Amino acid sequence: MATTADHFQAHDAPGADHGHEHDADHKPSFFARWFMSTNHKDIGTLYLIFAICAGLIGGGISGIMRMELMNPGIQYLGWWVNLMGGEANFVTNMHMWNVLITAHGMIMVFFLVMPAMIGGFGNWFVPIMIGAPDMAFPRMNNVSFWLTVAGFCSLMASMFFPGGTGDGAGTGWTVYAPLSTSGSPGPAVDFAIFSLHLAGAASILGAINFITTIFNMRAPGMTLHKMPLFVWSILVTAFLLLLALPVLAAAITMLITDRNFGTTFFDPAGGGDPVLYQHLFWFFGHPEVYIMILPGFGMISQIVATFSKKPVFGYLGMAYAMVAIGVVGFIVWAHHMYTTGLSVDVKMYFTAATMVIAVPTGVKIFSWIATMWGGSIEFKSPMVWAIGMIFLFTVGGVTGVYLANGGLDDYMQDTYFVVAHFHYVLSMGAVFSLFAGFYYWFPKMSGRMHSEFLAHAHFWVFFIGVNMIFFPMHFLGMDGMPRRIPDYTPAFQYWNHFASIGYMVMASSMGIWVVNMIYAFTAGKKAPANPWGPGATTLEWTLSSPPPYHQFETLPVIDEDQDYHDHRPAADRAATA
Amino acid sequence: MIISLFALATIVLAKPLMAQDAAPAAKAPPAVTASAAPAADVAATAKDAGPGNPGEGGWVPMTPTPGKGMPIPGGIDVQKQYSPVGHEAYPFHVAMMWIMGIICVFVAGLLLWVMIRYRAGRNPVPSKTTHNTMLEVVWTLLPVLILVGIAIPSIKLLAKQYESPPKDAITIKATGYQWYWDYTYPDNGVEIVSKMLNVPGEPEINAGTRYDGTKPWDGPNHLEVDNRLVVPVGVPLRIQTTGADVIHSFAVPSLWFKLDAIPGRLNERLLEIDEPGVYYGQCSELCGAKHGFMPIAIEAVPMDKWRQWIALQGGHMKKAGGSDAAAQPAAAGDAAKPEAPAEGSEPVAPVTPTPATTA
Repeated sequence: MATTADHFQAHDAPGADHGHEHDADHKPSFFARWFMSTNHKDIGTLYLIFAICAGLIGGGISGIMRMELMNPGIQYLGWWVNLMGGEANFVTNMHMWNVLITAHGMIMVFFLVMPAMIGGFGNWFVPIMIGAPDMAFPRMNNVSFWLTVAGFCSLMASMFFPGGTGDGAGTGWTVYAPLSTSGSPGPAVDFAIFSLHLAGAASILGAINFITTIFNMRAPGMTLHKMPLFVWSILVTAFLLLLALPVLAAAITMLITDRNFGTTFFDPAGGGDPVLYQHLFWFFGHPEVYIMILPGFGMISQIVATFSKKPVFGYLGMAYAMVAIGVVGFIVWAHHMYTTGLSVDVKMYFTAATMVIAVPTGVKIFSWIATMWGGSIEFKSPMVWAIGMIFLFTVGGVTGVYLANGGLDDYMQDTYFVVAHFHYVLSMGAVFSLFAGFYYWFPKMSGRMHSEFLAHAHFWVFFIGVNMIFFPMHFLGMDGMPRRIPDYTPAFQYWNHFASIGYMVMASSMGIWVVNMIYAFTAGKKAPANPWGPGATTLEWTLSSPPPYHQFETLPVIDEDQDYHDHRPAADRAATA
Repeated sequence: MIISLFALATIVLAKPLMAQDAAPAAKAPPAVTASAAPAADVAATAKDAGPGNPGEGGWVPMTPTPGKGMPIPGGIDVQKQYSPVGHEAYPFHVAMMWIMGIICVFVAGLLLWVMIRYRAGRNPVPSKTTHNTMLEVVWTLLPVLILVGIAIPSIKLLAKQYESPPKDAITIKATGYQWYWDYTYPDNGVEIVSKMLNVPGEPEINAGTRYDGTKPWDGPNHLEVDNRLVVPVGVPLRIQTTGADVIHSFAVPSLWFKLDAIPGRLNERLLEIDEPGVYYGQCSELCGAKHGFMPIAIEAVPMDKWRQWIALQGGHMKKAGGSDAAAQPAAAGDAAKPEAPAEGSEPVAPVTPTPATTA
């Protein structure tokens, strides 16, 4: 077999006068490029920019919440009600609180984590990692993105419409009936539901796109069992999206008809059942939490292998652990509903089934550590974020095993212990992997190096900040503090105050991140094709930084003797062997 | 590891501040203006002689013990338990805390070890190991064994929570409204509405209720209500919950009890309370604007006091009839002394629930 190096257009010396090079870098005009984009890298960039904006809004909202909770009493809500054009009184102030928690949840889930993980990094690197020129359906890719933006606009708009006791949708991100139906007259909740419809449709289209791309557009020789784990993670995620989101769409469509067209799916007065909505919602909602974390698992696998300069330990176990998490994730939903009056047998089943998830998750944690074991570890910024994620996800994982127990959950359900748990797995698990992936691929995407010092500083301040916010929430939950309350009895003040100070620490770390970005784009060094050394062996590191506008016009070929780890052309492999 | 050190440090730092916080919380906040306290509650009858000196006809609510049945300022563990289910759950909870702690420390230790031992400076040439079947089997099976070990007490606890109330249990129906609780005692003909007391220094939350701290027996603000749910101790209670408008959740942490109150459903669970006391909880399902302002306060009293309370509410003891009377054991305990029918209610043979067999 011929060496594949010749086939890598990226290995053409920059500026070499090849005919195709010119075409490869021909970019459309600004409007056509960014508003009618069909290029997976541009769409990925748009998704990332969108997710960052949404994340700053969602994170800012949590800042208002932490300010309000810092001390007993109602301090700031009335100000926000006035700011948004409402009339501040006790009830509208309290409604504003519910609007904030709803917006925070929906933004972080649907408009930060999902767009960044799947739309951003998935779009950017799945085609490159499998050696494909683009996604299978580029135009549909663009539709996905703009539907997501439209969904976000609908959610933002909902805050300015009447929602029952005040402006905005105050139903929580779970939109439980009957609070979301008869309990919230006015168009705000319809806007919020429509937002979920749009974001859901976007995700379904995206999932179809990823599944098609991964199944049909892998480079010659790139078998499923040679795909990088990040691609595996997106593949599993895409299946979860495809199977879970239609159920959400059905559930919230029934909400819409209950609200507006006189049906009674969830209204006992007409033979409906509010708990049915919860079953439907969590049949989507539980896979959803894996949708948010699985791509993170994939990124962590890439990063740990790269900076340990070692192939991932137990590759097949890692890939099928994700498949197992995906499958089992569909049959554990009612552990979110332990206090709704499930029968004892149902509760026992969901207790046992939920605990099973700890097994493949444990396999992943131990495999990451085993990947580092024997490695030659370099603590570059992506790696410290990845190690932070492994530890914090473990903390969130073990409290998940605690909460899996239906009997114990009778205490913890809807307390701050649950809030602590899911922020450890998401605000730390998912967001740490997002930052790990961001620093890992930022030089590749932008062509600029960020400051390693600032990235490390960002890590440490963020790490301390989020632990200060969320670790005391375990204590608050155990002390009995319920979720979603804007004011509390004085006993809860101590740890709430502490957590709010933690928020300020965390927020200041985001300032470091902003400075780092400004630095990178103004003074950052030009990034080489591979800034991370011999451990970075997947296909994206064979391309220039940033990659050409169209990559792989000649497809890379994966040789028989290449494994899942090293996809570089033979010449590169020989050079570092 | 870092985090556990961090947590330890915060706990140490917390101590002095906790002490400060504990002081105002323990003392009931002083009364606000008198005008803000329209005393409309049953308790404040004319014959009210103050706490510790119950008047003949009046009812003096119990003064809660600080820290009992309520959150502890700066607390870091679950509330002390006062129900059989709580006693079953608490050791399991503690065991789970240890298991979680050990796993976290173990993972943190492994991470620190590989970070130190296999850093590039110390180990410049990476190994090429990518598989170890034995190791992978072990780290799959070991968690399975741990989980089986957890599942056994977990299933036992679940079974305990689902024990059916005996036939003669006292039935109490809690209905969640936006935003207060309504309690009915269907067998006793009593219904009370329970609203949160207004919080000193804050705008009036429930119009018509008084401010917290205006009575000597008032508990912590945000948790105290105008009319507590009064129940007898040591006997099985059949707690039924339902929602009148949206979903609420009836939750009392110190009794390890939480049951959603869902429109169109009647959820039922057995509850038994060990000893007299006031036990506080809060609505635990988002139910609209004032979700954070509909607490639950259970006042558990000896059976004879409960009978007295029922009588004062104009209620009666469960009518004995049919199988109930037949099932009534002769030795129903000290609480079974016949009582004078109160306030013209028809004389009825009291049916005293048998104390639940404790496990």
